[in-house]
Amino acid sequence: MLVVRDLSAEYVTERGTVVAVDNVSFDLDPGEFIGIVGESGCGKSTLLFAIAQLLAPPARISAGSVTFKGQNMVGLTDRQLATVRWKNLSVVMQSAMNALNPVKSIGAQFKDAMRAHGVADKAHIAERSAEVLRMVGIDPVHLKSYPHQLSGGMRQRSMIAMAMLFTPDLVIMDEPTSALDVVAQRSLMVQIKELQNELGFAVIFVTHDMSLVSHFSDRLMVMYAGQVAEFGPTRQVFDAPQHPYTIGLMDAFPSIRGPRVPLTGIPGSPPNLARLPQGCRFAPRCPKVMTRCEQEPPELYHVNGTLVRCFLHADGEAGHD
Amino acid sequence: MTEPPILLRTEGLTKHFRIGGAFSRRMLHAVDDVSISIGEREIVALAGESGSGKSTFARLLARLYKPTSGEIFYQGKPLSRARSRADLLRYRGDVPMVFQDPFSSINPVFRVSHGVLRSLKLHRPELSADQRGEEAERVFEAVGLSPAAEVLQRFPHELSGGQRQRVGFAQALALRPKLILADEPVSMLDVSIRIGLLNLMSQLRDEQGVSILYITHDIASARYVADRLIVMYAARIAEQGPSEEMLASPRHPYTQLLLSAVPDPRAPLTIGAETDRGEPPRVIDPTPGCRFRWRCPLAIDECSQVTPELSELAPDHDAACHVARSGAGVKAFG
Repeated sequence: MLVVRDLSAEYVTERGTVVAVDNVSFDLDPGEFIGIVGESGCGKSTLLFAIAQLLAPPARISAGSVTFKGQNMVGLTDRQLATVRWKNLSVVMQSAMNALNPVKSIGAQFKDAMRAHGVADKAHIAERSAEVLRMVGIDPVHLKSYPHQLSGGMRQRSMIAMAMLFTPDLVIMDEPTSALDVVAQRSLMVQIKELQNELGFAVIFVTHDMSLVSHFSDRLMVMYAGQVAEFGPTRQVFDAPQHPYTIGLMDAFPSIRGPRVPLTGIPGSPPNLARLPQGCRFAPRCPKVMTRCEQEPPELYHVNGTLVRCFLHADGEAGHD
Repeated sequence: MTEPPILLRTEGLTKHFRIGGAFSRRMLHAVDDVSISIGEREIVALAGESGSGKSTFARLLARLYKPTSGEIFYQGKPLSRARSRADLLRYRGDVPMVFQDPFSSINPVFRVSHGVLRSLKLHRPELSADQRGEEAERVFEAVGLSPAAEVLQRFPHELSGGQRQRVGFAQALALRPKLILADEPVSMLDVSIRIGLLNLMSQLRDEQGVSILYITHDIASARYVADRLIVMYAARIAEQGPSEEMLASPRHPYTQLLLSAVPDPRAPLTIGAETDRGEPPRVIDPTPGCRFRWRCPLAIDECSQVTPELSELAPDHDAACHVARSGAGVKAFG
């Protein structure tokens, strides 16, 4: 349904061009849930914006294509995109407090979105608005509420309700739960999964917290410094992580079960994208670094159905998804 | 394990805020009747959801707010008696605070040495300028910012989030504190950086002998660093005890709910039991009764009439729950 090929995005700055997303390819099937995880600055949000064609200068797509239901969206005008957005593809942003208009009621914002896409029938708008709000477990009386009158969890739910207005095929989510507490986070994730099972849309879910998607995504993409570090079935990535970065991330989570073991995290911090190391971008922080890693950049290699960008797995066949 | 000597203790600490218009009498209960103690060389984690009152509690301890009622005892002496500027200054030096957001808690127009040197000048006037410089280097090394002499000369924007948060701890450490109040010190940091800061906290306890009140909503990290755990719900303590024992057998249904919500990639998927869609209430002019009862699957009649008090259910392990007190081993969530 969605085919992303060799997608690169860059930021043009006075001091030169910074490549924030470097050559990312993947396919997304209808109804599939892909999680994209990585640290801040790894390019995950830029990738998501590039897919949704939401990049604004100084950021731009420098290469590649995003084909959604047979149509390459890269290079479409805003007007052409408008027919696709909301109806077939909707985006749920990180901060509902900033994404919702503070001086309009929830209902008015739902109405705006529907009218912009040619729904004029007032009764239908009211009915559909109440329906989507009920779907996310909010009483429709809150259509009259303003964003500040709702709790963080409810605001985020109404954002998701809004994304459901036209029953899209693809919902793109940028850390929708990061401002919430654990309990609210968990309940929102369960909610998203239930809606997905019911309505069958596909999800691209970006987060910095890989444990969050562990139970919900079909496939997991781990990004590091603008590139895919590891990409494979979620369960497999969690059970047998291959890339030293993924292993490091897994070991950075204290657990609430089992013995209390000292953890080390990953030493150092991610590289500055304007001054990338010559070889593997993870080499300066990698516990298993080899001479080769510092000289040439590794490609993505196939290891048991997972793609891994690491020379430790260079005996696998090099390839793309 | 023997109990460490008590460093700071609160008795019925309470903070209410008046809300609404100028003539409104409605009171928001941010912290209600909280009595805790923090021992020497002890890390105590205070966990709860946003709005549970945990940050207000830290601010009360930092004397940023005046309590509505209740008392803080520091080294055995009530703080409300300490009125002189010298006493307050000493307390603030002994009990500094590290804030959540490392991007806004350091002044961006000065080098990072500025904050440390200034607080040294204020709190430790006996030091000469050279000694202040040496002391600044010592604390920067102690929090893993090396080479300290070089890092001290940088501006905040030249440091990563993790490094900036270490600057926060270094500033606190420069005062030779007894207790650091750390309000969500790692929640803004990336996962791979967090663990380093948590390890730093244990290291400060072991090597510098400071106690830390670690305020967090992340119960897994609380378990990782804390000797004791306090769970707050709707302005009151729901449960407190030694962290290992408490996580192994949580007594309060709310603690059980919190634990069941923690995503654990190593655990198999369980959806079903977690039908909880509730949210912590804003506690405005409350009537008696347990504040968790609307979300609690175990609630009985008594819960809506009598506010449960903390009672000891195991050694040093208290919970404020009528049901848990009456029968052991109840499981509501997870």
